[in-house]
Amino acid sequence: MTSVLDVRHLVKEYPVRSGVLRRVTGSVKAVNGISLTLERGRTLGLVGETGCGKSTVGRCLVGLIEPTSGSVLLDGVDVSAMSGRELRAARRRIQLVFQDPYASLDPRQSVEAIVSEPLRLHGLARGSESARAAALLDLVGLSSSVLQQYPHELSGGQRQRVGIARALALEPEVMVLDEPVSALDVSVQAGILNLLEELQRELNLAYVFIAHDLSVVRHVSHEVAVMYLGRIVEYVDADTLYSAPQHPYTQALLSAVPLPDPRAERSRKRILLEGDLPSPIDLPTGCAFRSRCWKATDVCSSIPELRTTDYHAVACHNADQV
Amino acid sequence: MASPEPSPTSAPASASGATVKRPGFWRRFSRHRLAVLGAVILALLAIACYGAAFVAPFPQDQQDLLLGPVPPSAEHWLGTDELGRDYLSEILYAGQLSLSLAIAVALISTAIGVFVGAVAGYRGGWVDDVFMRITDLFLVVPAIALLALALQGLGPSPVSIVIVLSLLGWTYIARVVRGQVVSLREREFIDAARVIGATHQQVLMRHVLPNLSGVIAVNVALAVAGAIIVESTLSFLGFGVQPPQSSWGNMLSQASGLIGTPKV
Repeated sequence: MTSVLDVRHLVKEYPVRSGVLRRVTGSVKAVNGISLTLERGRTLGLVGETGCGKSTVGRCLVGLIEPTSGSVLLDGVDVSAMSGRELRAARRRIQLVFQDPYASLDPRQSVEAIVSEPLRLHGLARGSESARAAALLDLVGLSSSVLQQYPHELSGGQRQRVGIARALALEPEVMVLDEPVSALDVSVQAGILNLLEELQRELNLAYVFIAHDLSVVRHVSHEVAVMYLGRIVEYVDADTLYSAPQHPYTQALLSAVPLPDPRAERSRKRILLEGDLPSPIDLPTGCAFRSRCWKATDVCSSIPELRTTDYHAVACHNADQV
Repeated sequence: MASPEPSPTSAPASASGATVKRPGFWRRFSRHRLAVLGAVILALLAIACYGAAFVAPFPQDQQDLLLGPVPPSAEHWLGTDELGRDYLSEILYAGQLSLSLAIAVALISTAIGVFVGAVAGYRGGWVDDVFMRITDLFLVVPAIALLALALQGLGPSPVSIVIVLSLLGWTYIARVVRGQVVSLREREFIDAARVIGATHQQVLMRHVLPNLSGVIAVNVALAVAGAIIVESTLSFLGFGVQPPQSSWGNMLSQASGLIGTPKV
């Protein structure tokens, strides 16, 4: 298989310190053994509620956070073991688009400086950086008249396009999109999503699309991985996930997505989860979801593995039979 | 490319040409009246002091022993000292030394402070702890006493005054810069720079320090004023610039005995 991105058993733990001596008394398992594969030209949706570790996964992929264990393979090459110059060269091929386009652009730099900075750092397009920057802006649908402008002079959608142009400057193969539209107006979201799809077709990019909005994820993803408290609970192609979800958590999430048809909306049954998200410092033993699950039985006191049947992976003892 | 957003070319400022005409730095600066007034006063002061050879009414140290000390008059605007030297000319020439010392101290101490603060704030952890405790140590030492001692040891030449004042004056800006860097470090555009492959050094130089330029500029300005006062204090106490070189401080100290004496 020619997967461009291969993530194996990724774990990120944060130590919890307490007392005067700041001794390590426990750990938060933000990401708890996640494996993903992604092929060229495909989009993997990564969904889950706030604090489930999906952004941590994205940051581990681009090297902002060093994973505690596990490996990240780009085109079969393990980049999580590299460091220094080697790592920076390898990381060129996987880039991140940030959630908040207001915070992720340096307010002191002009658009031209922002977009051409990656070129300068890697010595690309020497001597013709501004021409390349203009070409990149054209690619994301901005005219070259914004080159001399500063981020505060641009709208949210324009800024996010600048952020995408900056990520594209290094000609990456994989782009991690960390909630790229959730900070934008709904009217602007569609424009950015269409742009991302167009770029994927033109440049054969692979996307890891991190989001909490299930309807957006359905629109863009080929496969979807649902995360709950640092683990993947369901991993399947997008159509199957939305038509026949297996994990009770996924079913509960999907039942909360509003339907455009009011009659269908009235007649369907909402699944209301009880209780709060458990503290990730003190996870329930066994299945992490069993404290809120209406299907929980005695078998749930052991941790359910991600079982794969016909490309449909579910981590639940009591999942509906396929 | 069709998109529901307003396209950037629809902005009126950019409708005419390919690139947006931006008002230059001087155009924007000239709109600020108080800033212009301040700049003019500074420029006049600098011209008067550094161009003293052309501006001052009398040459440096020109004595007129027959005249002796006289009160301000049309010829000597600020009077003369007991050797008949013109005070106004003397002040302008002394300003060369005082201003040079102060500017050198301000630049060097700000550079040290920005370096220490930026590294401490950016690296965090034990580096931060060590750097900031050293800063605290410098803050609690009584500056004037240490200055007097150090200048006794090094000899009170202008260069040693600059070195000693710079080594004592960097603590304030170091604390300010550290605080700013700690908050800047968490901003997303710093992460963005890391993702595109910038080293820590490049992040500091290209993204952290430019965002502190305002704080740094203000500190240099305040440090110049502070250094003039400290240098004057030292010279007044006799530890600073020594005669026959004159600075604003030792001119004050020489003239202090004359306060309250009647006009001749």
